[in-house]
This record gives sequence, structure tokens and C-alpha cells, in this order.
Amino acid sequence: MNKVLVSPSPHIHADVSTAGIMRDVVIALLPSVAVSIVYYGWSSVMLLAVSVITCILVEYLVTRFLLKSPSTIGDWSAAVTGVLLALNLPPACPWWVAMIGAIFAIGVVKMTFGGLGQNLFNPAIAARVFLLVSFPVAMTNWARPAGFINVDATSGATLLGTVKEGLAKGDTLSQIFAANDFSYLQTLFVNIGGSAGEISAIAILIGFIYLLARKVIRPHITLSIWATVIVFSGIFWLINPDQYTDPLFNLLTGGVLLGSVFMATDYVTSPMSTRGGIVFGVGIGLLTMLIRYFGSYPEGVSFAILIMNSVVPLINKAFKQKKYGRA
Amino acid sequence: MKKTFSIGGVHPNDSKIAAGSKIETLPLPKTVFISMNQHLGAPAKPTVAPGDRVKTGQIIGEPGGFISAYVHSSVTGTVKSVGPYKDLAGNYAVHVEIAVEPDEWMDGIDTSATLVKEIPEDRQFIVDRIKNNGVVGLGGATFPTHVKLCPPPEKKAECLILNGAECEPYLTSDYRIMLEQSEKIVIGAAIMKKVLGVSRAVIGIEENKPEAVSKMSAAVASLQSSAKGYDGIEVMVLKKKYPQGGEKQLIDAVMHRQVKSMGLPIDVGAVVQNVGTSLAVYDAVQKNMPLITNVLTVTGTCLPASRQKNYLFRIGVPLSFIAEYDGGIPEEAVKVVSGGPMMGKAISNMEATALKGSSSLLYLTEEQTARKPESNCIRCGKCVEACPMGLEPYLLNKLARNNMMDDLEQNAIQDCIECGCCLYSCPANIPLLDVIRVAKGEVIRAMRARTAPKK
Amino acid sequence: MTTTIIWTIVAVTLMGLLLAVVLYLVAKRFKVEEDPRIDEVEKVMPGANCGGCGFAGCRAFAQSCVEAPNLDNNFCPVGGNEVMKKVAAVLGMEVTEKAPMVAVVRCNGTCENRPKTNEYSGYQSCKVKAALYSGDTGCPFGCLGCGDCVAACQFGALSMDPVTGLPVVDEEKCTGCGACVKACPKNIIELRNKGPKGRRVFVSCVNKDKGAVARKACKAACIGCGKCEKECPFGAITVENNVAYIDFNKCRLCRKCVVVCPTGAIHDVNFPAPAQKPAPKPAPKPAAAETPAAAKSVPVTETPAEEKQVAEKPAAENNEKNKEHQI
Repeated sequence: MNKVLVSPSPHIHADVSTAGIMRDVVIALLPSVAVSIVYYGWSSVMLLAVSVITCILVEYLVTRFLLKSPSTIGDWSAAVTGVLLALNLPPACPWWVAMIGAIFAIGVVKMTFGGLGQNLFNPAIAARVFLLVSFPVAMTNWARPAGFINVDATSGATLLGTVKEGLAKGDTLSQIFAANDFSYLQTLFVNIGGSAGEISAIAILIGFIYLLARKVIRPHITLSIWATVIVFSGIFWLINPDQYTDPLFNLLTGGVLLGSVFMATDYVTSPMSTRGGIVFGVGIGLLTMLIRYFGSYPEGVSFAILIMNSVVPLINKAFKQKKYGRA
Repeated sequence: MKKTFSIGGVHPNDSKIAAGSKIETLPLPKTVFISMNQHLGAPAKPTVAPGDRVKTGQIIGEPGGFISAYVHSSVTGTVKSVGPYKDLAGNYAVHVEIAVEPDEWMDGIDTSATLVKEIPEDRQFIVDRIKNNGVVGLGGATFPTHVKLCPPPEKKAECLILNGAECEPYLTSDYRIMLEQSEKIVIGAAIMKKVLGVSRAVIGIEENKPEAVSKMSAAVASLQSSAKGYDGIEVMVLKKKYPQGGEKQLIDAVMHRQVKSMGLPIDVGAVVQNVGTSLAVYDAVQKNMPLITNVLTVTGTCLPASRQKNYLFRIGVPLSFIAEYDGGIPEEAVKVVSGGPMMGKAISNMEATALKGSSSLLYLTEEQTARKPESNCIRCGKCVEACPMGLEPYLLNKLARNNMMDDLEQNAIQDCIECGCCLYSCPANIPLLDVIRVAKGEVIRAMRARTAPKK
Repeated sequence: MTTTIIWTIVAVTLMGLLLAVVLYLVAKRFKVEEDPRIDEVEKVMPGANCGGCGFAGCRAFAQSCVEAPNLDNNFCPVGGNEVMKKVAAVLGMEVTEKAPMVAVVRCNGTCENRPKTNEYSGYQSCKVKAALYSGDTGCPFGCLGCGDCVAACQFGALSMDPVTGLPVVDEEKCTGCGACVKACPKNIIELRNKGPKGRRVFVSCVNKDKGAVARKACKAACIGCGKCEKECPFGAITVENNVAYIDFNKCRLCRKCVVVCPTGAIHDVNFPAPAQKPAPKPAPKPAAAETPAAAKSVPVTETPAEEKQVAEKPAAENNEKNKEHQI
């Protein structure tokens, strides 16, 4: 016995660490990253590289020179934000937009609140909304750059955007779908347009299953978002299938999957208790569908998550875990 | 569907390495130091003076209050000193030092091996035997058993729960006595059932101990068929989940009832006793044998298989003597824990002696036990998920560090059972329980101070 | 265009005026009647809200001063006599002067004097550590070194010395509020008379163990030998539970005890020269020892050299430290 340690109990620790959890999130994002690289090619690689490197660099610089505290880049959280931000950008978006987004995400949304664990809003989502407001043209240019399987660059809009425009013109949904050659199979594997991370439902679901299997997240938030989206859009679709898109369409297109699996489940900006998480998820689902159906933007997941992020402290107060022996 | 408690809990690797080792009797050292502070409540008052000759089983300390217990000499010999001696945490407690001679038992103690199945009819006789033989709870808290078995008359016990969960990793002493002394444990349970006047007794055992389940079930069946007073005793298999052996959790698992905050198990009609206590009750009542021995596990992953042992020890034996007899403390160990790795105490003084409630010498390596540096809370909620009391450790930690006593009380810090699940599961290595434990003490003191003048 | 601007200016101005009126009315309506002298007293308080006076803060103290019939029970340790004079002037009351107090750390268990027997690895707090066990050295009474006192001090007067592992009091900054005294779970810190020119003598140990045990744990422990008690001409020293205590109200700073202490547990601070044994026998002249000239003129002594060194070394060290702080 070379040295004697004394500490209060417990004397053992589960095999979990912040870095391990964040690393698992990055791993879970890899299928989506792979799809986006294959489909959008070098421009996607560029966005990912710029975003991740900027995030890590900004975090390092802030801790080193502003906070003068130990560096926190080793916990992988900056990398997670970087990857998520890149997956949230339109593929044709210029690299400097990604860079500004990354600086905003880490420098403003995360570090000004005190770093990991202190931020009120999900950095990647907040940055996406910030960019959308600041660079509306770059952020809504859904041109599809040449990838490794589709060698021709094409221009186009997202499905949700096309639907919104069509409905505004007075077309019915069936006309719009017919005109755009839409099929559900597409949304599962490679969507026809959208941000790098949104284009494949299967890739996101693989990540979801991985996160569940590694016990990184619990499914309650994600599932409650899905359920709300399905129920809400189901009601409207049953009332008027020509005006309101169907539940499956709403679930599979746009950012619902990416947002519900990777962004709404962000530990820092989601409620602590299971009950709170369900309330949070239902809120996101409702807001998303309200924006999609009645708002001026075709997509509402980012706004929905951001708005619900801001009420998490209230949810944490109102919906506590059930306590033992207290009614 | 196996039963378990409804809120929280964690699943540490059970590491029952010493489970296969039969109980061995530890030899006697030259000197023993018997603590007067081996139970919850007021320390016992020594009744012997230096120079006195004492026999094995003789009373050497009497209760120092209502919640207190007798202490008996575990050896025969001459009292060398009575005074302060350091316990395993290095704090002083009154100990009686006795120079050991060959055993000479006190009159009236039945040292034979015959199994006595007939349960005495007189309840008061039973309680007196339990009290006079210094029986205390051996599940960890060492609460005097006779006090627990005599609830206030307005409260009615409905069910006796025998705790054989042994949910702490590494510990195997309860498992071994359930295998080797199963009948005595069941008789002890029947005795306590008789005292409490309850019709039902449940022996709760976790599913990772199937042999104990079958042995105990067989013992119950054979006693039920051969003697009176064993009806209503059953063995219940529980899921493996820590802290199943926590009193409140066990009641939840077995009876689906929850004890109110700051309440006692008897409020919901439950009395929980450890299987080890049941064995001590058998010895005390049927054999008039005082509680001077217990079983302790010597274990740890850094210990070779041949040295993983379960020892029957006499109280007052120095811990260093036990470690030496087992071949010394392994080189790789950096921490020796008395009790399980989740709730046990780290030993800073190996010269301290074994107590009635000692259950293990657990050797942990640096890799297993060293605390990693604390980082930011990522609000993952794993502590909230793990807390078996449904508390929010992350919040309590924050409030405690800012000394917000009122908020701590509102967030039920006083309900904390100090099981360690929060700290165990925290990915940011925040010393949640360290902070909460101390703040809890302060809050409870403040609450008592507030209610005291009213009474 | 111009009309819009004008209307905007008018509207905003009107709104401002309206709100000002509302604010004014609310302030009038809900004004709490208070003795105006409370404000006046509060103005002369230091405003640290440290609680050293026993009240929740400066305002509570001011209120109590105003309500009390005299100032005998109220004293602001931070502001000292000066502030109390001002308070008395405001209230037209008398105030008796109190000797200034300073926090004194009564443990000299440096890493060298008191070797570690184990390593504490829990939460770095004396409170937590004390609740767990007797500490990481052989001495169960001494400083635990986690710095609860440093955290409790609002005036930055305490710091942990990284070499000795003990807290150091900066006499200039210490206000004698007593926060550290309350924070120390081992009751090591005591408020003592600051003494003339900051000179004072105290026993820097609270170990109640028997001499041999205490000495084994710490080279600088008070072993309760009673030499100082016998030596003291003023009956200021009592030995109880194997530890000596100097009553600072009786102590006349002759420093005879410092010389006779075999372990150097008695410290003298802010004296210009190290304590030396005065000429044997002649009637004690405490005043003589206080002037440096007299102290130097006294011939050197029959004390065994080794013992004297032990006594002198810590005293000299202490002088050094205090000098540093004064600069």
C-alpha cells in the first residue's frame, strides 16, 4: 500500500464521463455526416471542417484568454456543436457563413453563459436561427452542389418550401406532389433537398438507436415530439387533406428528425425530469406544426426548439421528478 | 415479474468475488479493544475498570440512554485500560482494552451446536434477551434491535421484512450466512414475528443469489413442517438493483408502500431487519448468546482468489490483525473500505477495531476508487434519474454550495438516504453526495431546532 | 414620413410621462415608513454586509442601533471604533471603545511539522472533511487545510499558504468579523486582541492529546508540559486538557513563555527581535522585554541551543510573513 486514500462514499464510479457521452453523440452523427458528404460532396466536407474547427478554436481561445480557465475542448462538446451546426446549414452555403455561425454558437450562445452546462439555448440551433435572420439569402439557397453520386449541381427548394409556395399559389397538395415527383421512399434514404443533416431519415434513425443503446439519451423527449407532430398534423390532415400535409410527411421531411433526436435531447437545454421532458417535447411538436401550417416560414423546428429552450427553467420548476413518500 | 423499488436506482457490477468462500473462524489476537460506540444512539457506559477479569460474554458496557445497547466482552482476560482509542476514522471513542486469555464463557450461555426450534411464548422474555445480549441492526445503521421491535403502542406492525438483498457490490457475508445458517435465520425471523405480533414475514433476496433463495426457501419449508410458529414466512426474489437493501426501498419493493418524509417504516406497518440481525436474534434468544461475533468479508479485485475470505470475527479485533491474518494489504490497494463500496467508510486508521456492524475489509485500487477532477454540470439529469428518493441532486448541490437552507428543505434534502447513486452516476464527477450529506445534516438540525421549543 | 417621425416622438414622450406618473404614484402609495435615522446610520456603515456584528447585514445592524437604548450591545467589528463613533454621533449616544481584534490561526501543523498519514480525495471543504474523519495527519485537532475560512472571508484577509498548507491572516485586511471562526469546523481560529503595534503572543496549537501522542503527530504541537504556565508572571496561561491557552486580557507580552516552550508552539508576532530568555532570577520586568534594546542587551542564556532554536524558528518565520503583508 503505497498511499492511503480517504474519501466520503461512494468509493466507486460508473463508467461514464462527459467526454465519453459527447463522443458518443459525434459517433451517432456519423451516418448523417456520411450521407451528406456522399450526396453533397466537397462543399459538405468544407462546411463540416470549417464549422468544427472554428467551434473548437473559439472555445479554446475563450477559455485561454477571456476566462483564463482550464481548456474544455477535451470534453468534445465543441465538436458536437460544430458537427450539428454544419448539418444544419444549406449545402451551398458559403464557408464564411459557417464560420460566423460557429463563432456565434460557441462565443456568444455557449461561452458568455459560462461554458458547457450553463447555456440556456442549444448553440447549434441558436446559431442556425441567427444565420437565418442575418443571411436570409445564403441560408435559404437550397441549390444542391455536386456530390459523389449526383455529379451535377442542381438548383431547387426543400420539400417544405415547395409545398408552402404551392399552397400559397392555391394549388392542392396532390397537385404539388405530382408536379414534384414526391415519394416517401426518398425521404427515408436521400431527400431531394434540405440542409446537410436532414436529407436522410434512415441515417438519423441509426444515430438515434445508437444513442439509446449507449444510454446517452432516453427516448421520452424525441418520442413525445414525434407523437405531437403526428397527432397534430393528423387531425388537420383528416379535416382537409388538400391543404394540410399528412403526418408521415411532416415527420420525415425538414428538421423534425434531426432536431428531435440530436437537438431537443441536448442535456443542457432540456428539462431534467421525465415529466418535464415530455412537456418540453409536446411543446416543440406543437410549435413546429403551428409554424409549418400557419407561419410564414416553411420550417419551424429550430424556432420551436429555441422557444422551448427558453422555458426549460420554468419546466424544471413546475415538473419535478416524483419524490419517494410524497404525494 | 420480480419486484423492485419504483424510483431510481443504479446497477453497479456486483463483484461478489468472495461468494464461494465458506465462513472461517478468525483466531484471537493478543489484545482486543472493544468500543463503547458500536451502535446508533448514546454510547454505552463502561462497567469495568482496569485490572478487572472478564469472561467471554460478560457485560462490560451498559446502555447510555434509551436508544443505546449493552456491550459484552468478546474474550476472556484482564482489562488493561478503559479510555479513548481511535476509531477507523481517527476520532476518539471510549474503548475497553482487554488482554486475551483462553476462552471461558459466562454461565448461562449455550455454546452447543444444537438447533433450538421452539419459540418462547413470553414476548417480554424475548425482548429482554435481545436487549440484554446487545443485539443491534447489522445491515449498516446498527440501530438497537429491541427498540425497533417495540414500536409505540399506537402504531401497528403488519409485516416483518428480512433484508437479504445485500445490494452492495463485493459484500458476501449475508450471502454466506444465508447459505450456512439458513435455519437459524428463519428461526430468528419467527421470533421477531412473534414479538411484533405480525402474521407475515418476507425474506427479500436479490435474484443474483439463487442459491441463497433455494437454501432459505428450503429452510422455511422444513421449519414450517416440523415446528409451530413459522406460518406466514416467505422468501421473495427481488430484481438486482442498488439500493434494494435500503429500508425505504425494500418496503416499496415488498409492500408497495412508501414511508412519508421524515417518517419511520412502522408508520406504514413495516419493520425491516437484516438477515444478520435475525441470526443474532436467534443466538440471543435461543442460546442466550450475546452479540460478540459477526461475519466480515475480506475482498477486492486486487486480492488473489485464495485470499477472498469470509471470516467469523470477535468484536474488538484490530482491523490490522484481520488484514495481516489474511496475508496483508495488497500492494495495489490505495483504499480500504469498511462496508460496501457505495456506502462504506474509508478506513484511515487500520489500528481501529472491528465492531458489531463491521461487514467487510474491501481493498480498492487507485483506478477503481480515485476521484476524477470535477467538471461543469452538463445537466444530463443522470443523478435525478438515479436518485431512489426522487430528489434532484444537481439542484441540491448548487443550493448547498450557496448555503440556501430554506430552498434545500423545500427540495427535500432531508429525505436523502446517502446511497451514493448520484455521485456514482455523475459523468462530470461532481462530488454531489459529499456536499449534500453535510448540508442535509445542517438542514435536519435546523428543522429539529425549530420543532423542539414547541414540544 | 415626417409626420410619422413626429408622431412617434410624441407617442413615446407621452408614454414616458404617463409611466413616470404611475411610478411616482406607486412609490408614494407603497412607501414604507421608517425611522430616517436608519438610513443615516447605514450611510456611515462599511456596507460589507458581512454579518460579523451578528445581524443579517448593515441595514439590520443600523436598525438595531436606532432601536436600542444604548450602543453597548452593538459593535461593528469591521468599522471598529471609528465607525461606532460616527454611529454614536448620528444617534447622539455614547460609545465605549473596544480593542481591535484580529483572527489568529492556532495551528502550526505545517507539512513539515505534521507529516501526512493519508490523502483526502473528496470534495475540498473542511466541513465535509471534518464530518468524514479526523484528517489526513496524525493530529485529529489541527487544520484540515481545505480553506473554508478563506472562502468565508469577505475581505480577502485569508489565504492558504501553499508551502505550509495553513491559512495566513493578513492583519491589515482582517476586520475581526469572525466569519472564519464560525467557518472552521475544528475551532482553530480565534479572535484575539490585536495588541499594541500588533504585538501579541498566543499558543499556536489546540491539540488535546497527551504530550507524547501530540508530539508524535506534530513537531510543533503543544504538549501540555505546563512550563509556560509556571513561567508566566501574570497568571495569563492555563493548561487544560493537555493544551495551554494564553488569556490575552492578562498577557503583558513579556514573552517568557515563548522561550521556555519546548516545541515552539507559542508564537509571538510583530516583535522587532526574537524572544530571548531574560537574565535569571531578578524580579520580572515585563516592560524591559518589550523594547528591542533591552532584549538585545540581555546576555544569552543557558537554554540548550537546540531547544532555543526550535522556539525561535517559527517566531522568526512569522515575523517575516507579517512584514511582507504590511508592505
